[in-house]
Amino acid sequence: MAFSAEEVREKTRKIVDPWRNGKGGLIPILQAVQEQLGYLPMEALETISRDLKIPSSEIYGVATFYAQFHLKPRGRHVVRVCRGTACHVRGSLKILDSVKEITGVEENQTTEDLRFTIEPVACLGACGLAPVMMIDTRTFGRLTPDMVKGILDKFE
Amino acid sequence: MPIYRSHILICGGTGCTSSGAGEVTEAFKKAITEKGLADEVLVVPTGCHGMCEMGPIVVVYPEGTFYCRVQKTDVAELVEEHIYKGRPVQRLMYSAGEDVPVIPHYKEIPFYGKQHRIALKNCGYINPDNIDEYIVRGGYEALGKALLSMKPEQVIDEVKASGLRGRGGGGFSTGLKWSFCASAKGDKKYVICNADEGDPGAFMDRSLLEGDPHSIIEGMSLGAFAMGADEGYIYCRAEYPLAIQRLKTAMAQAEEYGLLGENIMDSGFSFTLHVKEGAGAFVCGEETALMASIEGRRGMPRPRPPFPANSGLWGCPTNINNVETWANVPQIISHGGAWYASLGTEKSKGTKVFALTGKVKHTGLVEVPMGITLREIIFEIGGGILDDKKFKAVQIGGPSGGCLTEEHLDTPVSYESLTALGAIMGSGGLVVMDETTCMVDVAKFFLEFTQKESCGKCVPCREGTKHMLLLLEKITEGKGTMEDLDTLEGLANMVKEMSLCGLGQTAPNPVLTTLRYFRDEYEAHIRDHKCPAGACAALLEYRIIPELCKKCGICAKNCPVKCIPGDRNTGYRIDTDRCIRCGTCFEKCPFGAIEKK
Ligand SMILES: Cc1cc2nc3c(=O)[nH]c(=O)nc-3n(C[C@H](O)[C@H](O)[C@H](O)COP(=O)(O)O)c2cc1C
Ligand code: SF4
Ligand code: SF4
Ligand code: FES
Ligand code: FES
Repeated sequence: MAFSAEEVREKTRKIVDPWRNGKGGLIPILQAVQEQLGYLPMEALETISRDLKIPSSEIYGVATFYAQFHLKPRGRHVVRVCRGTACHVRGSLKILDSVKEITGVEENQTTEDLRFTIEPVACLGACGLAPVMMIDTRTFGRLTPDMVKGILDKFE
Repeated sequence: MPIYRSHILICGGTGCTSSGAGEVTEAFKKAITEKGLADEVLVVPTGCHGMCEMGPIVVVYPEGTFYCRVQKTDVAELVEEHIYKGRPVQRLMYSAGEDVPVIPHYKEIPFYGKQHRIALKNCGYINPDNIDEYIVRGGYEALGKALLSMKPEQVIDEVKASGLRGRGGGGFSTGLKWSFCASAKGDKKYVICNADEGDPGAFMDRSLLEGDPHSIIEGMSLGAFAMGADEGYIYCRAEYPLAIQRLKTAMAQAEEYGLLGENIMDSGFSFTLHVKEGAGAFVCGEETALMASIEGRRGMPRPRPPFPANSGLWGCPTNINNVETWANVPQIISHGGAWYASLGTEKSKGTKVFALTGKVKHTGLVEVPMGITLREIIFEIGGGILDDKKFKAVQIGGPSGGCLTEEHLDTPVSYESLTALGAIMGSGGLVVMDETTCMVDVAKFFLEFTQKESCGKCVPCREGTKHMLLLLEKITEGKGTMEDLDTLEGLANMVKEMSLCGLGQTAPNPVLTTLRYFRDEYEAHIRDHKCPAGACAALLEYRIIPELCKKCGICAKNCPVKCIPGDRNTGYRIDTDRCIRCGTCFEKCPFGAIEKK
């Protein structure tokens, strides 16, 4: 999924269009761009800045403030290991370690083949099933470290 | 609607879905059709029943038979035996332990017996994607009653009389807050539902949004009518995709029925609602930060006053309430404020939903009347401690809360009693800890969280939490000094007093309460270089117990740094200098011959 700079600008412009005269559009726009492109390329941020007449420093500020936004390309699958309290007391650190060992990358990093991005999160709201991890939109609960490999294998 | 002789309710909440409820539902539908029972038996996907750990949950009505951990391979038997022949299947019923008799009925299970469900009334009973089911259970009656027979002030008076207090943490009187916004000057007003649910360990808002979205929409409509607002926002975490989807479906259905949008029920009252997806920042749960985020800016708190009631979203008077707060409103209007106020304690009325998690047998969501004791929640509803270990502490109120001990278990739970003990009600997360949980590690864990989530606006919060974290790291590594404890306490009090928003003001609570109730554990780390709970890796020593060792060599084979020399004749020994304390050998030894101290 690589886009040329021109394609990025084009797609971004389409997303920005309906918001030109509205208010409160910046975050939904960034969310939509990221959804289409997988991350927020510089060209996209510049386009938003020019089209909405918002200083790029402000856009950059917003994009880096929220954990959801990414300025670098991400893996095809995002592995979110819960590090919330309920999961912590039921051994989530070992799950995270196991994910790191199998994928060979650290937290907030992406594997070289762009297969996985590893992200610890504060709580997935499935605390009753602690420890929990979420891959893309699927939730896996009651984990033990030896289950991790089998689950990761399902995501190509 | 056609009449069915039996309903099979299958939980479609996030917990049960991850345990395979989707496949179970499909299997049921298929089996029912194959048996030619499709006209007699209806399969209903519902929201969360609260006992997610035992999922997938299936309840068969009219009997109310409760089945747990149902897998798709069990479905044929359930349909053949229970539905077709009328013989309930014992083996899938709930039991408190291996040799304990099963409990067939929903209501008799201790987990549900002590609960009193108001906010969660419909969760697990109705299909959240079907507005008719909400209406059949009394839904939108309150809105009809208010729009057609009540004045806005009367709605506010009912809410005041109910004694309802904000369920998002602060516990401020909801009726009073509404009256501020109602009397604020302005043509345009907003209502907001705070569905950012950031507290790790709390998931009641999620279950409400997923299991009964209409109750929130109805509650917000009532609030908008009472305060003279015509537009509303639900600000929901992006980590809750199912909740967002269900809300959108519910809103579309309500609009189609004329219960949301222009001129609702021909009353002249109009209300437009939007769903806004959060972008992943804990501090955005704070109301002023949340509004900044809706406006498309960085979600940083600002000083109050002005309060949102006077100057909120885009400068207009705004009222913001938590999901659970809104969900209580329709029933208060239906049954009256006095009815709600008849439950609970003198100052904390009604019920509260708690998320019971951690080292407790039955984790899950429980709604209980205020004034119940922690002991009842943990030991009666929750069934006690996992693996019958010893209870050590319960952490209440998320990262802003505190840790309470055995001696507090009989305290009646209310906003006042918890605050007096140094904890807070917060959003209602209850994380139970046993003897293997280290309290210094827990304090460090929470501080890591708040330190990372601090928005960085105030120096005491940004830098203070960092230094506190460094001190805690030092202590858990066995390098702390007794003076560090005083410095830690001093820093904690400073951060508490000098921060702008609730995040900074409450971040030190876990440290302060553990210092207050578990000081000896801190001292053991410092003075004896030992972690009494055996949790802080740096302070552990692994050793092979020669009497138990069968010389199998499994530990040596699995040790990642190969520091267990020996062979099958002479036996094995751990070279503690090279050991990285990973715990692999401890877990792998089939004979329990490795101890950690
Ligand atoms: C750091 C911080 C995080 C918060 N997170 C939430 C949250 O996730 N959900 C919530 O309802 N309230 C949260 N609050 C409380 C809100 O600021 C606000 O008091 C609440 O939404 C008001 O609704 P209520 O009166 O119904 O409780 C948070 C407050 C702070 C200081
Ligand atoms: S107390 Fe902390 S989180 Fe709150 S405004 Fe200040 S720096 Fe930000
Ligand atoms: S704890 Fe880990 S490093 Fe230490 S001896 Fe056991 S397996 Fe080896
Ligand atoms: S703490 Fe892990 S899902 Fe909530
Ligand atoms: S998700 Fe099924 S009981 Fe909670």
